[in-house]
Amino acid sequence: MKLTYWQLNLIILILLLTIWFIVSFGFGIIWSERLDIITIGGFKLGFWFSQQGSIYFFVVIIFIYVYLMNKLDKKFYKDLNKKKDRDHK
Amino acid sequence: MSLQALTYLFVGFSFAIYIGIAISSRARSTNDFYIAGKEVSPVANGMATAADWMSAASFISMAGLIAFLGKDGSVYLMGWTGGYVLLALLLAPYLRKFGKYTVPDFIGTRYYSKAARLVAIVCLIFISFTYVAGQMRGVGIVFSRFLEVDINTGVVIGMCIVFFYAVLGGMKGITYTQVAQYCVLIFAYLVPAIFISLMITNNPIPQLGFGDKIAGSSTYLLDKLDQLSVELGFSAYTENTKTNIDIFFITAALMFGTAGLPHVIVRFFTVPKVSDARKSAGYALVFIALLYTTAPAVAAFAKINFIDSVQEVEYKSAPEWFKNWEEIGLIAWKDKNNDGIINYSNGNALDGVKPKYLDQDGDYGQRLVSNNPDSSNSNEVYIDNDIMVLANPEIAKLPNWVIALVAAGALAAALSTAAGLLLVISASISHDLMKKMLMPRITEQQELFFARCAAAIAIFIAGLFGIYPPGFVAQVVAFAFGLAASTIFPALFLGIFYKRLNKEGAIAGMISGLLVTSIYIIYFKFINPQLNSAENWLLGISPEGIGFLGMLINFSVALIVSNFYSKPPNEIYLMIDEIRKP
Repeated sequence: MKLTYWQLNLIILILLLTIWFIVSFGFGIIWSERLDIITIGGFKLGFWFSQQGSIYFFVVIIFIYVYLMNKLDKKFYKDLNKKKDRDHK
Repeated sequence: MSLQALTYLFVGFSFAIYIGIAISSRARSTNDFYIAGKEVSPVANGMATAADWMSAASFISMAGLIAFLGKDGSVYLMGWTGGYVLLALLLAPYLRKFGKYTVPDFIGTRYYSKAARLVAIVCLIFISFTYVAGQMRGVGIVFSRFLEVDINTGVVIGMCIVFFYAVLGGMKGITYTQVAQYCVLIFAYLVPAIFISLMITNNPIPQLGFGDKIAGSSTYLLDKLDQLSVELGFSAYTENTKTNIDIFFITAALMFGTAGLPHVIVRFFTVPKVSDARKSAGYALVFIALLYTTAPAVAAFAKINFIDSVQEVEYKSAPEWFKNWEEIGLIAWKDKNNDGIINYSNGNALDGVKPKYLDQDGDYGQRLVSNNPDSSNSNEVYIDNDIMVLANPEIAKLPNWVIALVAAGALAAALSTAAGLLLVISASISHDLMKKMLMPRITEQQELFFARCAAAIAIFIAGLFGIYPPGFVAQVVAFAFGLAASTIFPALFLGIFYKRLNKEGAIAGMISGLLVTSIYIIYFKFINPQLNSAENWLLGISPEGIGFLGMLINFSVALIVSNFYSKPPNEIYLMIDEIRKP
């Protein structure tokens, strides 16, 4: 079965929001203290995620979303045009 | 040149730019006034959103708050940025596709109900005024410290500037002034941060310097800060003191609240296409992240500098800035052991927390306060967190032009946010209340006239808040985010992602979210503030985090109630299908 535009959109959302949750609520809060054992330079990793890392990930997540959705939009318009052509015939 | 002359020069020059832009981008139609004619490029809109979003609180107070809270301060960093992911993925593109002017517009149309629109208008106006009040206090502080004018005069000057470009230019004028304001504010934030980072760690990038070694020693800055904090009786800087559940809830409430703030959402109505709305949210977060990743570094630097320059220093030889801020009333020193030396440590210096100054000076020239000393600890210094960023360049002994720049930046942050909020208020009154509910027959020109009047009145009220600041501003900020998270966000999210939700469900959801959040906050902040501590909280959730629980309750109530009533009409299904397409 072929997935519709909306279904693909939802899959992208769930995937990206999972990453969003893991880097902020996960690494920044829930597992933050456990990650603190690892240090990078002067940063404890859990502390770094809660004050720096999560924000960088947020930016990356939005741009991945923009990229994936632009691709999906193109496919949507292509399919729409094909459908129009078919209806024409 | 003297500091004051430089500050006048910088502030005057930046104000001249804002007014110039406003004149060249006047609004001619309601379309221009509400959504800048839908012709703002995604990058410009990203900058404007960033300026709109970063308020006096972000610019002036946040780093000070983090310096004081240490790792607990992360809730603000993650909360106020993570919301943009939700906004970009769950709301902005669909609301842009919907293509109307305001947030209540969407809620009223989607739930085919004037009652739903009214609930949205009430929440929106409450949230926006709460927020504006905070901006005006920021304007007042900057004017009184750096330009040495009366706070009231400062507020009136600020109001005149906002009046000029918000009333004249509407969204169009605001957008392009905000672009300029973003440039001013980010430059003003980064320059001192880079200077201080170089001074303390030899690293020009604050985001990295913050994790680097202190110049000329082999200790990492954060380790040193942990050690100093523990010595002074605070908990270690890089460790939490709040419980995980509380941090989780506060962060979530701030994130979902951010995504539900009307003045932020409406910015995404101004771009030409749906794909631009997505891109624009990304750019906005880049511009915001620039300040938000610098802030924790500034916080750490400021804390170390502050401790270094006052701890165990004789008051007589205390640095100039210490006395300047004491004069403004944001620092106080109570010599508990009468040794003439400043002792800074954990705990409140004064009974009743806030200093009440007497009109006389003490033995060492300090301003005397009438408060009794808090005898449970040995801390002698009262310091308002708000001054950390403003005083930071002085503490670090940076040149005068940097200090003047920070003053201009703080004003840009406060004015840009105030303007954005005032516009949302005026649009919801002229468009949602007048045009859509009370007087549907007014022409576009009349509506534009009402919009301008509403903006003028809102500015006047905001000015009053600045001149007579209500004592409860700090308490109600939690309220603004809690309400946005528990009423507006769920109504928008479900409206897009759950077709079956009917007006009964949506209204019941919004009202239950509103009630749970407001009762909890009012109970702990106003009725029984002495009970406001972890053991009395429901599930250990502080009033700051209750908005998230309110949101979950809103979701459940909306879904359950919705099932008892009939489906929404067919045209609503069609409308949702339409906004889900690119």
